[in-house]
Parts: sequence; C-alpha cells; structure tokens
Amino acid sequence: MTFLNHLINGISLGSVYAIIALGYTMVYGIAKMLNFAHGDVIMVGAYVCFFASSSFGLPPILGVLLAMAVCTALGVVIERLAYKPLRQATSLAVLITAIGMSYFLQNAAQLLWTSNPKIFPTFFTVTDRETGAVKTGISLFEGQLNLSYASIVTIAACIVIMIALTLFTSKSKMGKAMRACSEDKAAAQLMGINVNTTISMTFAIGSCLAAIAGVLLCSSYPTLQPTTGSMPGIKAFTAAVFGGIGSIPGALLGGILLGVIEILAKAYLSTQLSDAIVFAVLIVVLLVKPAGLLGKLVREKV
Amino acid sequence: MLLSVQDINVYYGAIHAVKGVSFEVEEGEIVTLIGANGAGKSTTLQTVSGLLRSKTGSITFLGENISGVSAAKLVSRGLAQVPEGRRVFLQMTVEENLEMGGFTQPSSTIAPGLERVYEQFPRLKERRRQVAGTLSGGEQQMLAMGRALMSNPRLLMLDEPSMGLAPILVEQIFDIIQELNKGGATILLVEQNAQMALSVAHRGYVLETGRITLSGPGKQLLEDEAVKKAYLGG
Repeated sequence: MTFLNHLINGISLGSVYAIIALGYTMVYGIAKMLNFAHGDVIMVGAYVCFFASSSFGLPPILGVLLAMAVCTALGVVIERLAYKPLRQATSLAVLITAIGMSYFLQNAAQLLWTSNPKIFPTFFTVTDRETGAVKTGISLFEGQLNLSYASIVTIAACIVIMIALTLFTSKSKMGKAMRACSEDKAAAQLMGINVNTTISMTFAIGSCLAAIAGVLLCSSYPTLQPTTGSMPGIKAFTAAVFGGIGSIPGALLGGILLGVIEILAKAYLSTQLSDAIVFAVLIVVLLVKPAGLLGKLVREKV
Repeated sequence: MLLSVQDINVYYGAIHAVKGVSFEVEEGEIVTLIGANGAGKSTTLQTVSGLLRSKTGSITFLGENISGVSAAKLVSRGLAQVPEGRRVFLQMTVEENLEMGGFTQPSSTIAPGLERVYEQFPRLKERRRQVAGTLSGGEQQMLAMGRALMSNPRLLMLDEPSMGLAPILVEQIFDIIQELNKGGATILLVEQNAQMALSVAHRGYVLETGRITLSGPGKQLLEDEAVKKAYLGG
C-alpha cells in the first residue's frame, strides 16, 4: 500500500513534469530551439497566482487564470525580444540567449519579490460539513492510502491538457499549420502559413501551460522562491528528451516515467541520490534509443 | 500581363546567382525556364515566390509590385509554388497536406477544393488517409501539385517536377501540366528536362550561369541548334 502511495505521488509529480515538458517539446518541434527560460516562466506563474490570492484576495481560479494570462504574454514577449532577432543565427547563440533569459527572469524575480521563500497557499481543500475540519486529501483503507486533492487535481489537469492538445494539433487548422511548420518551414510559407505567427502561438501555448504547471507544482511543494522553476524546468526538459523531443505523447510518457522514477528512488533507494538515479536512467535510455522513447530519428539534410 | 519580372539580381552572400534576369508570363500560357544545374532557375523562381529577395529590379504580379512581399502573403494573392523536391509534409496525411494547401482559403471552399483535386488525381483520393511519407515519388509529386492547386492560384509555378521520377511518370506529370493548362491554369515551369519542358511550353527562356541567353516559342527553341547541342543531347 505504501508502494501505491509512492506511485501516485510519482504520477502526480510526473504530471507536472509532463505539462512543463510540453512547452519544451512544442517550442523545440517548431522553432528548433531549447527555451531554457521555460522553467522560470513556471516560477513567474506561481508568483502571480500567489500574489493574486494572498495580496489581492482573489479566489484561486481567478489567480490561476491571471497567471495563465500573464505567462502567455510573457512567453510571447520573450520570443519577440530575445529569440526572434536570432532567427537566422546559429543554434548556439540562441541557446546562450535562452540561458541568459533564464537568469534574467530569476534575478528580476529576486529584485521584485526578494529571495525570501513564500509559502504557497493550499488551494485544494475540502471543509467537512459536520466537523468543520479542513481536509487536504482523502484517506482510504483505514489510512493506508492517502490521496491529496492536489495530486488528484494535478493528474486530472494533465489528462485534460493532453487530450485538448492532441485534438488541437490533429483537428484544428492552426494546430495542423503548427505541424506543417515543424516539418518544413519554407514549404509551410509556400502554403501561406505565417511562420512567425505560428512560432508566437507555440510560445503562447507553452507558457500558458507553464503557468498551470507552476500552480500545480507549488500546490504540492509549497516553497516558492525565484529559483523554484529551475530544477523542475531541467527535469521537464529531461523528460521531453527522455520521451523523444518534439513528440507530444513523448512528453507525457517521459514526464510520468521521470516523476515515478524520482519518487520511487527517493522512497526506496536514496533521497540524496534520487536525481542522480533519474539522470542515470536517462543516460541508459539515450544509449539504447538516442531519439528518446517515442522520438523519430531524423536524418540531418546536408 | 500576369507576371512581369524585370532585371532581378539575386545573391547568396558573395555569389551572384541571378544576373539581370527579365521575363514575362501571359495569362493562359505555359512558360518554361530551362538550363543546366546551377544556372539560377530555382533561385529565380524562389525570388518570384518571395522566399528570396532581389537587390534590384521589380516583380509585377497582376499589376502590383510584389518584390518585398512575404511568401506567405503572396499565396493569398494567387501565386502558388510547387517546390523543388516536392517538399510535401511527410508526417501528415494526404488530406491534411491538401488542407494546408488551402490554408489561405475560406473554410467553406476546402471541401469543393478537395473534390476537384481528387478528380484530377484519383490516386490521391485512394490514399487520402495515408501519411505522405508512404507515397511513391510520383504520387508525392501529384500531392505537391494538388496541394498548390488548393489555393486556387492565378499562377502555378513548378520547380523541377520531373526530378527523380521514372520516364513513364515524367510523361504522366507533363500530361497533367498540359491538362491543367487547358483547364485555364497559367503555368511557370522550371525544368532541367528541356525536351519535355519545351515540347509542352508556349514560350521558353534559356538560363546560363544566371543570365537569359535565349528566348522564344517552345517549338522554336526545340529546333535551335545551340539549344539542341547544350540541352537536348544532339
């Protein structure tokens, strides 16, 4: 039963990784760049939601919507200002810019909100009508299996996002145009597809999802500080590579596996070494399948 | 005059690829640009379609100067290009590829557009649910042409449609080009296969190292001694 508890916690953490990994994988698929500032957008989203609820007393749902709006705008602005001028530049220049953007966001957050950790409010609670007690989860099998509401909401959100995104890319005109751009930008232009608009759209979707991920992450791990996004960002990037970068189902699979491996390693092997174990698994997978679990190996055109 | 290109010069860095090229296409014509590999044919075509920029001169399409207009915008103005090497979206289905071709068109015209293309290319209809990567080279060429037709172009530009195809398929593709033209389409055709191109074209231009060296009616160029020697193996 403890195993089941760990497994559920792992799936919940993995769901957060998966939602973040979607941002990495979509941007990579279309702009062919690694947006290392993506993790820090998560942190901004969490802060926006935090202040909306603690300083302005907005209900959680409005806080989340506000965070989504702010992050969507932030993602589009980052792309316009930092990455768009480098469309023709080498990929290394873009990579360094992305790392710089990541530090910029972290330091701006430190300046605005100080480095003192904030304790993120517990949104997902239910008040017992008879006793008036506030519960953060449900307890099954005489307390042997504990499910926090935060985990349930996280896993549900991940499922809904995955279904919505799959439908968007397979059915909608804009989603199909995104796939066309990710395959061949010049050919997409010859269809009348505006590549710049499509790239902006991708950043908007990825950053909007980052805001959701930020709120979900902080609901389970409530310490919020300017570096909060960086480790989950790197883990989610790893998850995207693990599942096959550029692939949406790959991001889901990679994220969930990574979360489960991390939690199980923490529980049964070693808390300190859990990250090392996660990355060791990644290395082994990439040795066997260099394109990731669901990735397609694309030959570089010479 | 549907398309008029005047004195364009295109550079790849220091390389002067197209040197003062001028040509015209009238409504209803098949016009071909022929020449050897590296003569600047594709560069010229990509400049017309807005993927490359000319340093000088002008490109006039339907009476408007279009030099500097983006490739994506030109599609909605009626210019469609079938790129060299077909460049279909290999991981998308045949039907999705065609839908992308109609990206600039109102959604109500997509279904009739698909019907028209499927009528022209019955093979594509059979394979509409297959991903384009599973098609043969000839089928991919048909898909690339069908995809371009989905935007209801005033001018259809084809870049090396015969490339990499078996002779029987090349003939089939050229038959289709003539059929499309009879149906009212104006076609600008870039080809290395001078024999085939000149035999279907109303007029042709010969490009050599970035310059136009000869022009005239297709049949006349076919008989030209210099053309025969350089491009027709005689």
